[in-house]
Amino acid sequence: MTAIPFFKRTTASATPGQIALGLAIFAFMLAFLIVPVATVLYVAFTERGTGAFTLLNFRDFFATDLFLRSLWNSIWVAVMTVAGASIIALPLAYLTTRFEFRGTALIQTLGFLPLVMPPFVGAVALQLLFGRNGSINLLLDEHFDFKIPFMEGLWGVVFVEALHYFPFILVNLSVALRSIDRSMEEAAQNLGCSGFRLFRRIVLPLAMPGYIAGASLVFVKVFDDLATPLLLNVKDMLAPQAYLRITSIGIADPMGYVIAVMLVAASVLAVWLSILTLKGKDYATVQRGGGGLAKRRLKPLEGVFAYGLVAFILLLVLSPHIGLLLLSFATVWSFSPLPDAYTFAHYARVFTDSFVYIKNTLLYAALAAGIDVVLGGAIAYLVLRTKLVGRQWLDWLATAALAIPGVVIGIGYLRTFYGINLPDGKPLATFWVMIVLALAIRRLPYALRACFAALQQISQSLEEAAENLGATKARTVRRILLPLMTGGILAGFVTSFSTAAVELSATLMLVQSSDDAPLAYGIYVFMQSAAGRGAGAALGVVAVIFVGLCTLVSQILVERGHAAKGAAQ
Amino acid sequence: MNQHATDVALARTMPQADVRISDVNLFYGDNHVLKNINLDIRPGEFFAFLGPSGCGKTTLLRLIAGFNQARSGEVCIGGEDMSALPPWKRDVGMVFQSYALWPHLSVAANVAFGLEERRLPRAEIDKRVAQALELVGLGALAKRMPSQLSGGQQQRVAVARTIAIAPKVLLLDEPLSNLDAQMRVQVRRELRDLQRRLGLTTIFVTHDQEEANTICDRIAVMKDGVVQQVGAPMEVYEKPANLFVAGFLGTANILEGRLVQENGARAFIVGEDLRIVVPDGAEVREGSRLVFRPQHASLSAPGAGGLPARVAHVEFLGSTIRYELALGGSRIVIDAPFTTGETLRHEGDAVEVKLPETALMWLTD
Repeated sequence: MTAIPFFKRTTASATPGQIALGLAIFAFMLAFLIVPVATVLYVAFTERGTGAFTLLNFRDFFATDLFLRSLWNSIWVAVMTVAGASIIALPLAYLTTRFEFRGTALIQTLGFLPLVMPPFVGAVALQLLFGRNGSINLLLDEHFDFKIPFMEGLWGVVFVEALHYFPFILVNLSVALRSIDRSMEEAAQNLGCSGFRLFRRIVLPLAMPGYIAGASLVFVKVFDDLATPLLLNVKDMLAPQAYLRITSIGIADPMGYVIAVMLVAASVLAVWLSILTLKGKDYATVQRGGGGLAKRRLKPLEGVFAYGLVAFILLLVLSPHIGLLLLSFATVWSFSPLPDAYTFAHYARVFTDSFVYIKNTLLYAALAAGIDVVLGGAIAYLVLRTKLVGRQWLDWLATAALAIPGVVIGIGYLRTFYGINLPDGKPLATFWVMIVLALAIRRLPYALRACFAALQQISQSLEEAAENLGATKARTVRRILLPLMTGGILAGFVTSFSTAAVELSATLMLVQSSDDAPLAYGIYVFMQSAAGRGAGAALGVVAVIFVGLCTLVSQILVERGHAAKGAAQ
Repeated sequence: MNQHATDVALARTMPQADVRISDVNLFYGDNHVLKNINLDIRPGEFFAFLGPSGCGKTTLLRLIAGFNQARSGEVCIGGEDMSALPPWKRDVGMVFQSYALWPHLSVAANVAFGLEERRLPRAEIDKRVAQALELVGLGALAKRMPSQLSGGQQQRVAVARTIAIAPKVLLLDEPLSNLDAQMRVQVRRELRDLQRRLGLTTIFVTHDQEEANTICDRIAVMKDGVVQQVGAPMEVYEKPANLFVAGFLGTANILEGRLVQENGARAFIVGEDLRIVVPDGAEVREGSRLVFRPQHASLSAPGAGGLPARVAHVEFLGSTIRYELALGGSRIVIDAPFTTGETLRHEGDAVEVKLPETALMWLTD
């Protein structure tokens, strides 16, 4: 055997292949994340035509009543949604983690359901149930002679968003509550603290990091949501304004970009604030073998109250799904508590004329998720298993996509790729592949985290053993790492796939013709007209089932992966 | 195939290589982890790196396997410099502390892995997998998955997987640490037998001196990245190179004192006035301390001309009685064999300690 110089003596550095891989990923992020976002910033901060630096655009923004009002409205809606989502999530989390509560698993599962439906789809269904002439108000009017304006204006947006996004708080808070060690509580009881004081002084502070993490996520999501306010005909909020500016005045108008910068700033600020609050407060208190908080049995009266409350919340949470399902089978549903008659016609229409939406969605989401797991797997490998200089930056870059609103990505793509023409003379920005790339960038963080988790669970000695027995780095990846990561990679694929399938904010900006449009766009278009609502709802049901199944599959994959690895240790 | 035929068939494929480590220095950042290591491991030898955790023994083993890079020095196996070779070209088999069995591959597939990487014909692979599994007594479990094996069985698969490729050197990284006490004794004997039968040069990393003593031909005692002493277990125990080695291998009494010259003879004064005659020819350097093993001294009643001491504690250990004594301001322990009729001393008894010349060692740090 001849000695091939493989390592440089003094520094353990990356191999040429790893460097090439790192550069390729960076080039992708540069082209499809950094440049588009930088373009948005550039346009917002420069003078039109000359390119000189200016803050004039921002002065215009703050001098325009509409924009100022939109900014405050967006902040108000986001804050109120966090409050509303907390009111829904807190009792569910508390009751299911602290008490012997029948149906805990059911509640935790049903709690996820809102997430498997695009929020704007829920908006239409809620309009029918809670709107001015919706079922509830018709019944109230008939029997009690008054109406409640659930869905009017900004309150409507808050109502829809809170029902949609509370699971983020529920999940994070439940995990935090469950990871508090019983001894924390017992120590307090031992020292004479009990009841609500115990909750306020010990349990709540310890669960705070989980709550903050969930709340900041809700804030960012709501701030960025474009389709819900648009469907509820609320236009004076930031995201809709950005969209309307760009689509009505054109991509040359700087105001759209200024609004985009405001959106980014708000997202980054919220994420930064939450990190600041959480700093040094990662209380992982569960000891090995010790359980979570002690579960208490409910007294009879408490039980009645608790079950009643949970039933009420769940009914509320499921109302968009119920409404959507009714609507999808309804012939006519107007000014009546329930539809007049039922039909399968909408589904027939969806699976014939409108099948192109479903086909496009499958194609786009699959391609985007495919790109995501390849990039995510490669970044995870470079970060965790190599000494490539700057590898951490790839992780940060990919994760930063979380804080960039879809509207901003959309605007950035339009501006950046409009000037570049395809061979047939059409602008690159109108090419459907751009939608795929935008989706891939938006959902990369999900796939990346899944790949990270999968790789972190694999002991490095498994790879060293392969190298020791003669497998090169590349062969080790193929024969050992990939097979062991399959579950995690698939889970990442499914998560990226299902969330990309219902994404609308970036897509809305980039879809140029309905031939290229995905499902979410189709629903949005259908829901604009009264005649299309039935078909839109049917499409929505398809989307819900779609995402629900994907979530289920990903859960199964992750759990099976855990089981397989747990047994092998 | 019977056991003997398997042995012969496998032993024929096993190369016997020496391992020569010269002037190796290794750093983790600014941390100097291995300092000027020089070792010669002979062909067919069972060699141990012994030392407390953090002494660099595993780092040195991983250096031989190619997972660590030295800043200077070289590692030669069978006369060939390995320093520039990646792990997969070295032909040194390593058994990992965690065994590192691949959970997605069956026992047979685990063992076949290295042979497949070497692009051997399928028939040859199958034959050698069967041989290797036969050798560790797991022929019947070839189709099992690693998760269906006990800890001891997993360990044997890890060994079989490694020897299947007929490595030039076998590296064992604390292979017994994940086994319970009983299994440990059994498995270490099996490892020893296997190594003997195959004549394979083997390096064994452990922090347990008993493990090293029982199965290895020679050991290198390490501390803080420096090899303190190399030698056969008994030799190192009998003639430790310094205080650390004396203390790490078994219990040792260490007494501070000063060397004086009187009437042409030398004496070692411990505490105020305890006088121990230094035998002619004994090398006593500046700062040396007196070291002796607990079982090499004996106790007698006062008046026999020994060093006066008082019994502070008595511990009955079964075959021996361990006395802790106050001797000239120091504490020492002495082990007396426990036989029927043995005179028992009690706490507070005045006694005398006899130190035969041959038991005395003068060592420095």
